[in-house]
Amino acid sequence: MKMVELSWLIDPIYIVTIFFFIIGMQRMSHPLTARSGIIWAGAAMLIATAVTFFTPDLTNLALVAIAIVIGGGFGYIAAKRVAMTDMPQMIALYNGMGGGAAAGISAVALLGTTSAATGSLAVVGGLIGAVSFSGSLIAFLKLQGWMRPRPVTFPGQQIANMAVLVLAIISGVFIITQPAWIPLSVALYLPLFFVLSLGFGLLMTLPIGGADMPVVISMYNAFTGLAVALDGFSFATPNYAMVVAGIIVGAAGSLLTINMARAMNRSLPNVFFGAFGATEEKNAQIQGSMKAIETDDVAVMLAYADKVIIAPGYGMAVAQAQQKVKELTDLLENKNVLVKFAIHPVAGRMPGHMNVLLAEAGVSYDHLFDRDEINPEFPGTDVVLVIGANDVVNPAAHRQGSPLFGMPILDVEQAKNVIVFKRGQGKGFAGIENDLFYRDNTRMLYGDAQETVGKLVQAVKKF
Amino acid sequence: MTEMTMLWTAVYITMLAAFTGYVVISRVPAILHTPLMSGSNFIHGIVLVGAMVALGLATTPVERVVGFVAVILGAANVTGGYVVTERILQMFDRSGKKPGKEV
Repeated sequence: MKMVELSWLIDPIYIVTIFFFIIGMQRMSHPLTARSGIIWAGAAMLIATAVTFFTPDLTNLALVAIAIVIGGGFGYIAAKRVAMTDMPQMIALYNGMGGGAAAGISAVALLGTTSAATGSLAVVGGLIGAVSFSGSLIAFLKLQGWMRPRPVTFPGQQIANMAVLVLAIISGVFIITQPAWIPLSVALYLPLFFVLSLGFGLLMTLPIGGADMPVVISMYNAFTGLAVALDGFSFATPNYAMVVAGIIVGAAGSLLTINMARAMNRSLPNVFFGAFGATEEKNAQIQGSMKAIETDDVAVMLAYADKVIIAPGYGMAVAQAQQKVKELTDLLENKNVLVKFAIHPVAGRMPGHMNVLLAEAGVSYDHLFDRDEINPEFPGTDVVLVIGANDVVNPAAHRQGSPLFGMPILDVEQAKNVIVFKRGQGKGFAGIENDLFYRDNTRMLYGDAQETVGKLVQAVKKF
Repeated sequence: MTEMTMLWTAVYITMLAAFTGYVVISRVPAILHTPLMSGSNFIHGIVLVGAMVALGLATTPVERVVGFVAVILGAANVTGGYVVTERILQMFDRSGKKPGKEV
């Protein structure tokens, strides 16, 4: 075939691909150049995919093309159609698919003949890929609300999980060594290995509560990178594009995971074995009651305030209230009220989620402040508007024994007045009662955030 | 190349790549954590080329089925990862947006 003649192009193009990936990631790590970063990476992926068709001895090319169209079409359409608020779970979903693809590559490699060395790498890659696949799917289901986000726990869970992992590793070892004395036929160990690996990913993710999902997704992202890198070695000629890109993602993803966990003040073992939010405090007693307030009263408060801080959360994203919030900000600034935004690193369901939504609505960066920057300012603030945030403003985090204990929060309760915009009286994503709502300086403004902020804008205009 | 040279080449590459990934991501502002996670999610979509080779070299029906599924998953990782990242990053683009606050 004529195609084979172009195979010399593969390695040079893969090298260019890696170069573009690195440039792309470099650009993505700076706000001003971030947008162009993905275009560099995307162009690289396109040429890498195209040149791969010229790999020597490839057959089934029609099948390859059909599969690309099916998978690519699904990925494209689904990603285009989901709402901006659902992006976190889409990242989980596509990450899981990458992990699944890696597991599939391992499976094909192990179905054929491999040396002990490449076979071992394929086994490890397969294990990590399969864990990332099933784990990410659970994360997706929990975030999408198709599964209860609360941790699923049962007695002896850690032991059961470890047992499944150990069995998976043992079957992996049997696949490579194929000892004569093993009870089952060798051909059975491959499916068993993958079932156990998938099972481990599932079991490992079930006890993790919704609030910790960003960290978990980030970790599975690093896992997939690692699996891809290991699978790069599973071919007769190693695929160095996979190895290098996979390792880069593995390293970058691990660092991101640690940074995120740190932002939430949770250690990684704690995330994975803590079953965060599974237990209720037994004798936590909350004094006082929730006190509702009317829009007009809030408007008066705002119009005559000197300083207002807005603490947005996932509820703002769900209600798509960011545009109205921006209007309110402009209105108050025209009245010479100082308005700042307090952004908790994990407000929403991903670090930076709020920044993205507010940027979309046109709120400029210089209005947004990190938790550490803004926390000292709350005592001197007249009004704090908590818009759809819950766990990140829960003072229970300061109380020993609370499941939230130790998580750095926005100390909004120190402001003179706190207005909480909330749909109903439910609990936050972590499933924990919020003391803040019962404080004497807190008032509740019930309703859909977009609607209530809209009404508030109208009411403030009257003053 | 002998197995040993291969091994050491692999170690060199792994070390340098890990270092690159670390350097590229360190000192990143928190607001870019999500886009970067999404971006690196796209980059491990390179798994697609491996899946293509796996399917292309598959000989038995079982291998073909597994390879076919792997290519579908890999391709979805690539296009989905790209579009999600693109959509997130679009919001960082200040030009050509609805007028925000004048600077």
